[in-house]
Amino acid sequence: MAEPILQVRGLVKHYPLTQGILFRKQVGAVKAVDGVDLELGRGETLGVVGESGCGKSTLARLLVSLERPTEGSILFKGEDVTRLSGRALKAVRRNIQMVFQDPYTSLNPRMTVGDIIGEPFDIHPEVAPKGDRRRKVQELLDVVGLNPEYVNRYPHQFSGGQRQRIGIARGLALRPEVIVADEPVSALDVSVQAQVINLLDRLQGEFGLSYVFIAHDLSIVRHISDRVGVMYLGRIVEIGSDEEIYDHPTHPYTQALLSAVPVPDPEARRHRERIILTGDVPSPANPPSGCRFRTRCWKARERCALEVPLLAVPAAFRYAEGPAAHDSACHFAEEKQVVPPEGGTGPGAPPAKGDPGPGEPPAEGGGATRLT
Amino acid sequence: MLLDVRDLRVEFRTRDGVAHAVNGVNLSVDAGETLAVLGESGSGKSVTAQAVMGILDSPPGRVTGGEILFKGRDLLGLKEEERRRIRGAEMAMIFQDALSSLNPVLTVGAQLAEMFTVHRGMSRKDARARAVELMDRVRIPAARERVDDYPHQFSGGMRQRIMIAMAMALEPSLIIADEPTTALDVTVQAQVMDLLAELQRELDMGLVLITHDLGVVADVADRIAVMYAGRIVESAPVHDLYKAPAHPYTRGLLASIPRLDQKGRELYAIKGLPPSLTDIPPGCPFNPRCPMVRDTPCRTEVPPLFEVAADRGSACFFWEECLHG
Ligand SMILES: Nc1ncnc2c1ncn2[C@@H]1O[C@H](COP(=O)(O)OP(=O)(O)OP(=O)(O)O)[C@@H](O)[C@H]1O
Ligand SMILES: Nc1ncnc2c1ncn2[C@@H]1O[C@H](COP(=O)(O)OP(=O)(O)OP(=O)(O)O)[C@@H](O)[C@H]1O
Ligand code: SF4
Ligand code: SF4
Ligand SMILES: [Mg+2]
Ligand SMILES: [Mg+2]
Repeated sequence: MAEPILQVRGLVKHYPLTQGILFRKQVGAVKAVDGVDLELGRGETLGVVGESGCGKSTLARLLVSLERPTEGSILFKGEDVTRLSGRALKAVRRNIQMVFQDPYTSLNPRMTVGDIIGEPFDIHPEVAPKGDRRRKVQELLDVVGLNPEYVNRYPHQFSGGQRQRIGIARGLALRPEVIVADEPVSALDVSVQAQVINLLDRLQGEFGLSYVFIAHDLSIVRHISDRVGVMYLGRIVEIGSDEEIYDHPTHPYTQALLSAVPVPDPEARRHRERIILTGDVPSPANPPSGCRFRTRCWKARERCALEVPLLAVPAAFRYAEGPAAHDSACHFAEEKQVVPPEGGTGPGAPPAKGDPGPGEPPAEGGGATRLT
Repeated sequence: MLLDVRDLRVEFRTRDGVAHAVNGVNLSVDAGETLAVLGESGSGKSVTAQAVMGILDSPPGRVTGGEILFKGRDLLGLKEEERRRIRGAEMAMIFQDALSSLNPVLTVGAQLAEMFTVHRGMSRKDARARAVELMDRVRIPAARERVDDYPHQFSGGMRQRIMIAMAMALEPSLIIADEPTTALDVTVQAQVMDLLAELQRELDMGLVLITHDLGVVADVADRIAVMYAGRIVESAPVHDLYKAPAHPYTRGLLASIPRLDQKGRELYAIKGLPPSLTDIPPGCPFNPRCPMVRDTPCRTEVPPLFEVAADRGSACFFWEECLHG
């Protein structure tokens, strides 16, 4: 991995559960993030996947210092962000920006696009002096592929994909080094998703950005990520390179998750083993003892209830070279191939004739297999 | 043919003008068959389903043309009372959002039992027993203890399974499922789709599965109909369509999705946006975004559904080129 720009150690965020109207008494806590370790390399994309409620958005808010952790540290270029305040915190915040999921609600409907994108400059006037703002905003619109003439329009005058571009332009305004994107394309239609993903890809190269890319769509995460972390009930259960996680998963949850993803290829249907989990995700206020996945795990044994499995290379693979030797928090980690190997019948290649759209040439041998 | 929709047209009269939501849709489903209707947001999938079920929001919605033949009878010619009888007993619908389509102030047991008391004239006691049976069948753990719980007391996946139980209750011959798993997590989505497919096999039902997820389609459907701007632009057996699409829109869609089993480079992106339904471009509705467009006939004539093979159609003048190109 490249030199780390972010290092997260033992990160915890508990939300108190209270009872009583007059005297609020704490009766427990929602353990939204409960001991997360991860590293983000410079110029790298780390994907984070997991089901609803596993703590992805909470992790995102902690990373961009929108919330303070209950415990743990977040090192940005070696400096612990969680201990900073005042001007020092403000300086770091400038460098770690967030792009939100919902292009429909994350933009203030009463502000013009120019005001929305320029708002970060109010907090950091040093980046763009007053007289220079309009030009800066128009530059940003251009960078994300929107017409610079649109500065005076309102969010409702844009489509979902265009609104997501506005959100990205705003995230870029302060020239951050790290962007945390929380489900940036989940609300978009397939044909528009690809436009936004390609944009994020291009911007990464252009500005040397490092991304934390959060999503529940495992195919998109694979497409964009260099490394991938899988979350379950507030913890990372497995983390590694995209090949390690997708082609050589060793944690039962990752295996189940991957096997459940519908693959858009009817040929693959026959070659796949589906692992259908029973039961629902337990409440993060009351996670199971030992391994948190044990209530749904088909391999669970007594030890799983007693001992918390640590996120490390499992003993079975510790002395082996190869893609199975990556961090996985399971006592009985085993390799299992659940994604059929590539090279089966792919979907049709993109239309070859005519104009494929500005700056968006069809991938050569990339996402699609050529027809014969 | 169990369901045969011919040249269906639906419009909405709104303040902003007339929205042409469905513009000549042709669909058919046989018993035991799963037809997937695939399309992006606003392409008219739900409106088509609502028209078939007879639950269109009207006004402002209005069926302005076509036929909906169900077991050979045109539903559009029937009285509302007759349609109500068919709904539930012979055809049923599953919605995306179970929480808002189940009654929040009635227990799930009461809602399930009602199907049997109203449509089958069963006693309350028998109906309740059937309700527990059904909950068991859709794998609600401890069904007997949970029959008196309210919808909000169940998880999203369980609520969706209760919706399925409700739709199945009277063993209809046709089920229309409108994005039944879109709101669910992948592992729960797999549980629900699995259950739906199993029950369909058992009861030999026709299933119309509305979705925007190409993955779900490949996993469960026999045939697929792709909608764009209120029209079916391509209709084909699933295998054929994935192997070699015969419409540029389908082709673009397939190429634009990232894949789980491959690390792609740049994704192909269809340029532009779907048209506004109050202002559909003349000629082929896909022409402003189409990489294969030619001024004539694409910008002047609406392409009909051309026969690509016995069981395949494409609404593109240049389908041959697309298929082989
Ligand atoms: N401010 C808060 N107060 C109390 N509980 C919270 C708060 N924010 C989040 N939670 C809880 O923490 C858990 C994790 O939530 P989070 O939003 O991080 O999940 P997520 O992985 O982003 O889910 P999704 O995929 O649905 O967006 C959930 O159980 C949620 O209800
Ligand atoms: N109650 C209504 N009043 C006015 N217009 C409506 C109404 N319902 C639907 N429409 C119109 O019909 C069009 C098609 O809507 P429909 O719900 O069928 O889309 P869809 O394909 O199901 O999309 P989605 O994937 O978002 O559910 C909408 O764009 C809208 O213009
Ligand atoms: S530690 Fe035990 S319960 Fe947890 S994933 Fe591994 S086998 Fe399953
Ligand atoms: S008819 Fe013309 S514009 Fe329409 S899809 Fe075919 S080539 Fe494209
Ligand atoms: Mg979230
Ligand atoms: Mg719909």
